[in-house]
Order: sequence, then C-alpha cells, then structure tokens
Amino acid sequence: MRGSRHLQVGLFAAAVVAAQLVAQASGKGFFLTQLTMTAYYTLVVLGLSLLMGYAGQISLGQAGFFAIGGYTSAALTTLDLSGQRGQAWVAALARARLLLARPDLYGGEVLSVQPWAAFGLAVLLGAVVAVSLGVPVLRLKGHYLAMATLAFGTIVSSVVVGTQRLGAADGISGVPPFELGAGIRIGGGGAHRLQSYYLAWGLVALAMLLLLNLIHSRAGRALGAIHGAEDAARAMGVDTARLKLQTFVLAAVMATVAGSLLTHYNGGIGPSEASVMKSVRYVAIVAVGGMGSLWGTLSASAVLNFLSLRGYFGSYDDAVFGGILVLVMLFAPAGILQADLRGILRQLAPRRGAPGGEG
Amino acid sequence: MALLEVRGLGKRFGGVQAVKDVSFRVERGTVKAVIGPNGAGKTTLFDLLSGFRAPDTGTVRFKETRIEGRPPHQIAALGLSRTFQNIKLFGHMTALENVMVGRHVRSRSGFVAGMLDLPATRREERDIEAAALEVMDFLGVARLARAPAGSLSYGQQRAVELARALAAEPELLLLDEPAAGLNMRETADLARVIGRIRGRGVTVLIVEHDMSLVMGISDEVVVLCFGEKIADADPRSVQQDPDVVRVYLGE
Repeated sequence: MRGSRHLQVGLFAAAVVAAQLVAQASGKGFFLTQLTMTAYYTLVVLGLSLLMGYAGQISLGQAGFFAIGGYTSAALTTLDLSGQRGQAWVAALARARLLLARPDLYGGEVLSVQPWAAFGLAVLLGAVVAVSLGVPVLRLKGHYLAMATLAFGTIVSSVVVGTQRLGAADGISGVPPFELGAGIRIGGGGAHRLQSYYLAWGLVALAMLLLLNLIHSRAGRALGAIHGAEDAARAMGVDTARLKLQTFVLAAVMATVAGSLLTHYNGGIGPSEASVMKSVRYVAIVAVGGMGSLWGTLSASAVLNFLSLRGYFGSYDDAVFGGILVLVMLFAPAGILQADLRGILRQLAPRRGAPGGEG
Repeated sequence: MALLEVRGLGKRFGGVQAVKDVSFRVERGTVKAVIGPNGAGKTTLFDLLSGFRAPDTGTVRFKETRIEGRPPHQIAALGLSRTFQNIKLFGHMTALENVMVGRHVRSRSGFVAGMLDLPATRREERDIEAAALEVMDFLGVARLARAPAGSLSYGQQRAVELARALAAEPELLLLDEPAAGLNMRETADLARVIGRIRGRGVTVLIVEHDMSLVMGISDEVVVLCFGEKIADADPRSVQQDPDVVRVYLGE
C-alpha cells in the first residue's frame, strides 16, 4: 500500500518533468507560466476533493479562503511603512526581521512586511476563519451547508470589492516575489519561470503524498466511515464533528496557501479570484475528477485549469465550468473516469415506440 | 456494583411514551436480554444507552459513570460497543477496514500524524491491522478480510459488523437484534458465538425478537411492553410469568 503510494507520486513527478521538457522542446516554454498557475489551483481542488469525497461535506466558499490568503499577502507585502520608520512598533518589527526594504519604481524605498511573515499570518487567518466558520456551519448538511459556505464566499467577495485598501475593483498589484533563500523565488518574471514551475508542482506532489498518507491512516479510515455510515462511525468512537472540522480547516488552509503563493507568482491579485464563480469552478473540477478520487481531481484540474488559463474557453469561461458541473451531475455523478458511457448513450438515445406510450 | 445500571429511564416522542420508567442492572460477565413485542421500545432503549438519543428522565451508569445524554463517541471510548438492527457497514470499504475502524477507540494517531505517516503511526497501523485480523479470525471471517463489505452476504455482513464491535475490546457489547434475517443454522451459530464472546470476558446486552435464542444464552431477561418493564428475571421464571405469557401469546 505504502509502496504503491510512493510509486504513484513518483510517476506524477515524472509527468511534471516530462511536461516541462515537452513544453521547452516544442518552443512553448511560456506554457510553464499557465502550468505553474494551474499547480496552485490544483492545491485548492485537492483540499476540496478530500472535503467532498471523504468527509462528505460541500463547500462553495473555497474562493473565499483563496482570497484571504492572496489578499493578506498582497496587502501586507505592498504596505509602505517607510513613513513610519521612526515609530517604535516599526522599529521592533524591523528588529524581528519581519520587514523588507526594496526599491520602488521611482528609485525611492518601500518598507513592507516580509513575504514569509505575511504568508504565516495569511495561513493563520485562513485557519482561524475556517474554525470559526466551520464550528457552526458543519452542523448543517447538504443544501444548507452549501448555502452557508456560499454566503461566506459572497461576504469575502463583497468585502474585497468594497474595500479601498484592498484595491476595490482593481485589486492589488506590485506584490514582490517570495524569496525562499539561495536565490530561489516564487514569481519575478521569465528568468525564474522554471524554478517557480518546479516549486509549485513540487508543492502539489507534497500535498498529494500527505493526503494519500492521510486517507490510508486511522483518521482517513474514520473519514471513510463517516461517509459510509455516520451512525456506525459514531458508535465506533469516531468524533465526527471534530474530524469534519479538521478536514474543513485543512481544505481551507490549502486554499489559503495557494492564494498567497499564486499572488506572489502573479505579482498581484484581483477581485475575480474571490468571486463565487471561482468556488463553483473548484466544485466543478472536483466533480469531473470524481469526488474522493485525488488523482482524478488532480488530472481534471491540470487539464481544465490549463485550458482555461490559456484562454481556450474565451469569454465563456465561467459558463463552461457551470455547464461542466451540470453535465457531470446529470451523467457521471461519480466523475468522468467512472462514467458509464453506455448508460449515457442509452439515456441520450431517442426512445422508440415504447409499448403503451402516449399517442 | 453492576457494570450497567439503568434507573427510571424515560423517553417520549410526541404523544408516544417509547420508554417509561425503565430500571435494570447488567452484572459484569453476564449475558442479559431485552425482549418484547414490536414497538415495545427496545431499540429506543439501546439508542438511549449508546448515546444516540438523550433520555427525558432517568440515569444510566456505566462503570459507575453517568453516561446518559453523552455523545456516542464518548460512550464508545468508555468501553461500550454496539451493533445495529439494520446492519450499518461501511459498504465501500473492505471487511478488514471495517473491523479496523472498530479499533478507533483503542488507538490514537491523529489527523496530522496520519498525514506525516510517522514511524509511531505506522507501528500503530500494523497493530490495528493485526488486532482486527485476530478478531475476524475469532469469528471465523478472516478469509473475507479483503472483500468489499458491500459485496458480502447478509449473514457475513452480520458477522463482520459483530467483529467490528468486538474489535473495540468493549466491556459491554450491545447487540441489536443480531438474529434478524438469519436462518435457523446461522442463529444456532450465533448463539455459540455469543457464548464464546462471553468467554472472552465481555458482558453482553442483547435485544432480540427470537425467543429461542434468548432463552438459551441469557442469564437474565428483561421484558418490555409498550415501553414499560413487565418482567426482569432468569429465563425460566420469565417464561412462566403470567404477564409475559399474556403479552407474547395474547392469552
């Protein structure tokens, strides 16, 4: 079991390398930019896949958590404290190495929060919001849970659009790259495209390994038990409320991490990232991949996000994902990979002269 | 002190008093049965004992701890395990995985430890699997370990569910109509198995419809009728109790 898990992740790593080599060799090196962005969106949907497929909980608020990550990082790392240099708290932050001085476009100096510190704060904020939202909301089931998380997403979205400090409709730009040390950074244009690509997909591989470990562990079995027969799980001593909350927080943190890092990679974030349509898109991708199938979710995410980011869906982008969700729910509720193709054809085929039919 | 002591337990659903002022004790190491006609309140009683419902009145003491109204997972952790009348297996998991979930209260690796797959977690995982297989072997279903639970026959599912409950090493095992849907041979097997479970030092409280099964294996029998206790004695006395005869045979 464990060996096959490592083998799977190894094969996946090989596919990541192969994709990079093919893109470079065919002169499409610029594809790596969209592929890197795809990796971060994949983190979001992997967390959601665990939540939907294993804990049996739906969330239409993942874009909200993504936005919490992205906007926290963007706001803190573009904040200019150089005017407050004299203040004691700024000096204290500087001494704690939480601040970063860098030149601005016009030769002046900007003093803002270190990406590391902003990232840590973003993840903490995402987790705190997830816990305080999850405790009341996870008592709900089905439609009610979907509506409550949808409401959360809507709140985040309207706060983002309505707040001047967060750039309102324009979003925040000029977010610095995330320096990881030893010359490695997330973001920062073409020269760092290759390492950003590998960092992003490396993170996906790591997340995959951790999630696969989880679903084959005691906690993962308990999650499966909740999904299979919740009463029996409780009778066997599984604290279902706690486990659902832990999964919800994990999915939220993964979205927050993705939001923060992708914002550094892109150098900014806009309010469309917080929109409810983004949350619907994440749910659609999980549905295509098959709820509870992590590899299916990963494949669906890689393909659909890449096509979307390359602009293949044009101005119908959101409509495509909405349509995909409807089609999957109608014809392949277990995901495309488990689709019963003959059943679908039978359903689509015109029904001929059923005995006893009308007319 | 009795392992389980129920005092004045009552539960009402709207206009129906499902359980009314029921008191009894289950002594350690015994097999006790709760019988009664349909609608006597047997399953409600089990739900009150295992935490799936909170009683309106009365107390439940398990190992001298008050457990009424506590959530099921806490009661399970104290050493009380149960099966369900309409078998509740995790259909998409294998029989072995089902039984491994039964070890939940006897193991501790958490969410994060599971993700990190630490050496201690792996060791525990091996222990969980070994203990689960041991119980399956004890009940004669070890050969079904790798089969998806949903694919098993009815009788096999009953056995796997029993293995799951037993894997928790409970001090008190609640069996909710374990003979329902079994044929005569399977019922006879079940009677022997319950005897062997008792031999492991597990106290058993069994709700059952099948009088012949209950009379053969129980030390004491409680009879419920419309939510009230009408008898509580050894099987022979209960069978001769005029009230019980009236309820069961309708005079």
